[in-house]
Amino acid sequence: MKEICKSIRKKDHDPKIEGRSVYVDDYVTTADGREILTGRLLHSKFAKARVLGVKLPELPDGYTYVDASDIPGDNNVNIVLDDTPVFCRDTVEYIGEPIGMLVGPDKTVVDRLLAEIEVTYEELEPVLDIRTADESFFNYEFGHGDVEKAFAEADKVYEEEFLTGYQDQTYLEPQGMMAEPEADGRMFVHGSLQCAYYVHGAVARALGTGPDGVHILQDVTGGGFGGKEDFPSIIGCQVAVAAKKVGKPVRCVFDRREDLEFTPKRHPSLCKYKVAVKDGRVTAVDADVRFNAGGYSTLSAVVLQRGIIAAPGVYDIPNVHVTGKAVKTNTNPCGAYRGFGAPQTFFAMEMMMSHIAQDLGEDSIAFKERHFVKQGDTTSTNGKYHFPVPVPAMLGEIDALCDLRKKHIEYRKPQTGRYRRGIGFSAVFHGAGFTGSGERDLIKATAKLRKYADGTVEVLASNGDIGQGVRTTFPKIVAHELNIPFERVYYNHPDTARVPDSGPTVASRSLMIVGELLRRAAIKLRDIWQEGVEQEVEEHYKEPDFMIPFYLDRFEGDAYPTYAWATSAVEVEVDTFTGLVNILGAYGSFDVGTPVDYNIVVGQMEGGFLQGLGYASIEKMDYDGKGRIRNNSFTDYLVPTSMDVPNMKAVMHVEEYPDGPYGAKGAGELPLVAPPPAYIEAVEMALGGAKVHPLNRIPFSTEDVILEWNKEVL
Amino acid sequence: MNGINFKLNGKDVCYEGAATERLLDVLRDDYELKSVKCGCKEGECGACAVLIDGVLTNSCCVAMGAVDGHEIVTVEGYRETARFAKLSEKFAELSAVQCGFCIPGMILAAEAILSVNPHPTEDEVREGLSGNICRCTGYNAIVNAVLNAAKEGDGLW
Repeated sequence: MKEICKSIRKKDHDPKIEGRSVYVDDYVTTADGREILTGRLLHSKFAKARVLGVKLPELPDGYTYVDASDIPGDNNVNIVLDDTPVFCRDTVEYIGEPIGMLVGPDKTVVDRLLAEIEVTYEELEPVLDIRTADESFFNYEFGHGDVEKAFAEADKVYEEEFLTGYQDQTYLEPQGMMAEPEADGRMFVHGSLQCAYYVHGAVARALGTGPDGVHILQDVTGGGFGGKEDFPSIIGCQVAVAAKKVGKPVRCVFDRREDLEFTPKRHPSLCKYKVAVKDGRVTAVDADVRFNAGGYSTLSAVVLQRGIIAAPGVYDIPNVHVTGKAVKTNTNPCGAYRGFGAPQTFFAMEMMMSHIAQDLGEDSIAFKERHFVKQGDTTSTNGKYHFPVPVPAMLGEIDALCDLRKKHIEYRKPQTGRYRRGIGFSAVFHGAGFTGSGERDLIKATAKLRKYADGTVEVLASNGDIGQGVRTTFPKIVAHELNIPFERVYYNHPDTARVPDSGPTVASRSLMIVGELLRRAAIKLRDIWQEGVEQEVEEHYKEPDFMIPFYLDRFEGDAYPTYAWATSAVEVEVDTFTGLVNILGAYGSFDVGTPVDYNIVVGQMEGGFLQGLGYASIEKMDYDGKGRIRNNSFTDYLVPTSMDVPNMKAVMHVEEYPDGPYGAKGAGELPLVAPPPAYIEAVEMALGGAKVHPLNRIPFSTEDVILEWNKEVL
Repeated sequence: MNGINFKLNGKDVCYEGAATERLLDVLRDDYELKSVKCGCKEGECGACAVLIDGVLTNSCCVAMGAVDGHEIVTVEGYRETARFAKLSEKFAELSAVQCGFCIPGMILAAEAILSVNPHPTEDEVREGLSGNICRCTGYNAIVNAVLNAAKEGDGLW
């Protein structure tokens, strides 16, 4: 193991375990001793309606109602497009849309007053069905080869639909932001967030101040997983507008039900796949991908892009055609969640491959293996897999962990009795960093190191530690290059008033992209190091030379410089009396390049893997005929506990990436992508296989298992 | 003394507010014990767990009236102990703390396990932690840290 891989005590370990870390809800007063008012949102009760009037109860002194009329700047939140308002315009587009905010000193009084507000609506017909929704925010189409010819010449053509549901990020700390008007007229906004500069741009626009009128600090953040990528920009604008109006600090922290019901989650999807097979080989894939975007477009463009680029999976398929739509429905806007569109399409493609193999009478692992991409092959967007693809070796690694190949054939044989077993396999990638030319054209990351006269070095960057450990790994890289003790390098939570924009904390990019900038900056600093003086160095992102330029208008070129890879196996025992699925083992091999801290990376793999298993099985969330999400508590939306998957093993496979620090690639998202198809293939196998019980959707709950099983009995 | 009398992190205190107030809110707002986190406020996630007479309890589901005469420990009190130091060391060795929000509750859950069963099996640790949701780690690191603390903390529990 390289020196850089050895695990060290995390910088934030002590304050967090001792309960001293200050999360946004933990401030008793502001740092300068001012009282903090509570802000609570007035949410729309209808999925689609015109808001005719808001009748306030008599507000006691010190209590204020805030809405769109109070916005000094622009009532559009900077995300990708301009359609998301800070507070609703004339209509509301989903249940939960913020109409206004009630602000005051006593939380209980604020909640009481909020409940007394009467909103009159003119109800309109909502669009709720992903199949029939005809308005799409984004439409994409791309491909290569000659799909029509391949279908015409095929021995057999397979068509199937795949459905995936919502998944909520369920970070343990709910969303929360706070705004403090400062004496110099600036607005200081801080809270639980991933992307300080996204919030900066959004708040400056809503307040109409220009970039110098605001600054944003990331507080200690209790998990994100994508859920705090765009949403803090929205609440950040809301508290800033409220604080501007009342001239006092305002904090809004969501309660859990509000958070589960009204914050972004993974897009539900409907994928229709049509696949041509000739001489036992897949010759064409035509994928029609639909994501349910919800009421506003937020991040759907980029989520959909990543999803459709992954549509043909890890397979070398000569003819590919993909269409992608992010459809508008009057439901909660979906957003970023670890995997970012790819878990949906990988689920579809992996299941498709498994089902075809079963129909052909071939073991699906062997069938998939014959199609794996390899170095030098063309990607779905006519880019190139520039680096070695270690998937065959990683399949071998999980085979060694759980005797996968043998069991995969064994469990296919007819089983009897109450308990039936299955084992499933999947292989996936995660494109490292932003999709397309985003790093080069949009983000243009800058990172700095400041050395003080006493020889300590501060990392200046905008990537927030949300649990993934950048407060530890960034200083570790810098200390390593400077050859100084780790204790002398530190990285505080970013404040946009004092750090450059090194980009958002998303896309598994922080360590790979910004970590590399810091490594180069440290080398620069080492070369000019002078004792006893303050020195500063800066590095800017440069796109690697080998990249084939990406054109978004036609989805051509290298969508990613490189890829992280995963293979996984999930072994289950299904109780056919109760529908309960006992996960006997879950095994993953992960290639994220060099793990810059072994424990941290394994922690990412295990955490993401369990989230993926939850996504496939127990994490069920849906909306009713009115567009309301009913699973808005931990009683109804279940996430895995310590007892659900006791036997989960993650092993690291290292394929170094020359342009990442010490060979590191993107890591955080990858482990979530692999488990759903492996889990579903395993359950399907236990139920007798695709010929009798073809499974094509997640989540697949206990109830789904028992219903599916009884189809045969009836 | 009138009011609700209880022991909080080793000190006798008297709470003079309503008996219907939530223990979670009182600990956070009146006593400013911010290690006690609010994750769901309905007894499902364990982020607000405290020890009441040594028993792990979600403070969001306890009314102040029920606290009278009892002893409450939060991480602010527990962190002064040798047991905490051992747990912290073992958690650190496995980088078991990610976002940190569940951790104060987890630490008290670990104490609740080890104080009645100093040498638990892995299954017993998993069961003992199962009321505390962690979304970051997948639990392996936390479970192993507790097992390591049990192994090396002989005599502490």
